Amino acid sequence: MNIGIAITGMGIISSIGNSVEENYNALRNSQIGITTIENIATVHVDVIKVGEIKKTNQELIEELQLGKDNNFSRTAMLGTIAAKQAVKNAGITSINEYRTGLISATSVGGMDMTERYYHEYFDNPEVVKYISSHNAGDNTEKIASELGLKGMVTTISTACSSAANAIMLGARLIKSGKLDRVIVGGTDALSKFTINGFKTLMILSDGYNKPFDNDRNGLNLGEAAAYLVLESEELVKKENKKVLARVSGYGNANDAFHQTASSENGDGAFLAMEKAFKIAKLQPEQIDYINVHGTATPNNDLSEGRAIARLFGESKVPDFSSTKPFTGHTLAAAAAIEAVYSVLAIQNNVVFPNLNFKTPMEEFNLLPQTTLKHKNIEHVLSNSFGFGGNCSTLIFSKSE
Amino acid sequence: MKKTYINGLGCISAQKTFDTVFLEEAELNENSTILSLKAPVYKDFIPPVAIRRMAKGVKNGIVASALALKEAQLETVDAIITGTGMGCIEDSEKFLKAILDNDEQFLTPTSFIQSTHNTVGGQIALGLQCKAYNLTYVNGSVSFESALFDAKMMIEEEEASSILVGGIDEMADYTMSLFKLAGFIKKENQGPYSILGSTTKGVVFGEGATFFALENQIKNNTIAEILDVEILNKLNVSEVENKILSFLAVNSLEISDIDAVLLGYNGDVDSDLYYKNLSNTTFINVPQVYYKHLSGEYDTASAFGLWVGSKIIQTQSIPDIVKLNALDKQSYKTILLYNQRNGIDHSFTLISSC
Repeated sequence: MNIGIAITGMGIISSIGNSVEENYNALRNSQIGITTIENIATVHVDVIKVGEIKKTNQELIEELQLGKDNNFSRTAMLGTIAAKQAVKNAGITSINEYRTGLISATSVGGMDMTERYYHEYFDNPEVVKYISSHNAGDNTEKIASELGLKGMVTTISTACSSAANAIMLGARLIKSGKLDRVIVGGTDALSKFTINGFKTLMILSDGYNKPFDNDRNGLNLGEAAAYLVLESEELVKKENKKVLARVSGYGNANDAFHQTASSENGDGAFLAMEKAFKIAKLQPEQIDYINVHGTATPNNDLSEGRAIARLFGESKVPDFSSTKPFTGHTLAAAAAIEAVYSVLAIQNNVVFPNLNFKTPMEEFNLLPQTTLKHKNIEHVLSNSFGFGGNCSTLIFSKSE
Repeated sequence: MKKTYINGLGCISAQKTFDTVFLEEAELNENSTILSLKAPVYKDFIPPVAIRRMAKGVKNGIVASALALKEAQLETVDAIITGTGMGCIEDSEKFLKAILDNDEQFLTPTSFIQSTHNTVGGQIALGLQCKAYNLTYVNGSVSFESALFDAKMMIEEEEASSILVGGIDEMADYTMSLFKLAGFIKKENQGPYSILGSTTKGVVFGEGATFFALENQIKNNTIAEILDVEILNKLNVSEVENKILSFLAVNSLEISDIDAVLLGYNGDVDSDLYYKNLSNTTFINVPQVYYKHLSGEYDTASAFGLWVGSKIIQTQSIPDIVKLNALDKQSYKTILLYNQRNGIDHSFTLISSC
């Protein structure tokens, strides 16, 4: 097995908690974050449920102590909160002391402000400041600025697999010796834009999402941000850092099938998993838990399930669950929050339940783990797939 | 460690940059605040049924990538890596406007589907049936350099032997009007909008799609080698020279080894302060080149810059229209590119002849 890249810190804010600890407690106690939307005025308020963080923008501004003339989008604020937690958790006090980078992921960027002020811009000079915050990179720049980080900063946007690619790039930057430590993750706020986009595609559930259930009827959107701190072996030794877990494998492939739909056999998903195993130098039977993408759309779960059955063997698939019934699908942040959950699974030797599951899918014999299960966990595989055919897989391992 | 070579170019810009030698028909337009690109004949590259559904950024990306592949004589690649600052804003605008104007009703998904930043990368993969590594970077002025950096790292890791890397940005009407409102674009009726010696804020805006076919081996058609790429988030004006010197030193080079330097002057009086000192002192004895007066400024305009740099090496000449000073060299071996915007998202790119 490949020793992997050390994870030394984590931070998260999601609809099930404002810290790593709160998220863990919610996952353990089956406390879901799917509710009626409050912070965005939408005509769909009665027919959709979302994984919304119950803090208003004003509350986030106060929490971050931002000046009155700030132009942070909600995406940037959520990202800053989670990234600051991660840096603190890793015990970093002087951020530019080593070659430190920030690789963030987002799909909506500052869309929440753009859609709010779109027709107001020409009449209200006070909101013109938000025009520049639409740009995805501006959100990352604000997080970097709040962290005081001056080194390599970039942003990845591959729809719902974005944060997996940010974590992958971070691991590669450390492995190649280009950086000593990297803060990696993603952030996405809820927006009318994505709510209506997914609604128009008819893949929003009118109730609670049911991943891998025969009667699944779509996803709940969510918002979240999460970041990990990755550090080089030299730095871990030098600073005597506690290693929470390791990124041991990663893979990225394209399904090359359709702009938004996954291929029936999940070719992209299969290839991404296969590449991750190759990098990790692990065999499928060594995986103790799969945190599936499991959006609960008819198309994703069928395609992902087929790819998993092909790779692991239908009768040999390890315990798996989707945590999206807790948080909703948080788009570009999904792989980052699920990375945190994967590390929590390893640290606490626990498989989180796939809630809302009743009826097995008729296409294959795959049954998700539906209750909290305690067992030794050495390796967790986490999948994330997005529009544009983008498929990514990460493997997390216990640190020796 | 494997080296990275540029073996094919594809450039769609405000100038005639395909089926041409090197900017010999370039037109200087200093009267517009926006430079639209010269559209290629899409039906030569994309099936007519598909053309109707695609936004122009997607179409231009597909054409530019096809040109680069053709020049490199490649059918497919081991990775497709794109950079875009604003992404597919034409479709984003269309969908957002429909949401707001129709109170979230009667929407169709087409423009939403194509609004994600990775649409171009995904559509190229779809067209080539390429299931390889596929990534999209979206970080302002280093969107393209992030893609280039990743590509070089992949070749060094020996994860790929051929890679398509490109920068794409498109303009859309409402976004341009917002950029004017916010002062990012120069005010109307104040031309000529000369980049050099500008005393006003804002830029002349542009759009484009520029692709490079990279490989880990030299071929007959090799244009240049990519020696190094570095990205830095934030620098003060006074820090730039030292950063350049140390970037060159890492590559065992000094200022005197540089045969031409391409600077990202965009006509914004404050942003250009970052280049002035370099022009007047650091690189005073080096041929200097600028290019955004031809392409307009946009997040991935520096990909157009790399196209200019590659062409200088390929043709061993600098067209007068891009010259910042009167210096010439007998041969152009090593070229440095420096770009930034408003003091953030700095990139240094070093290329050489082979």
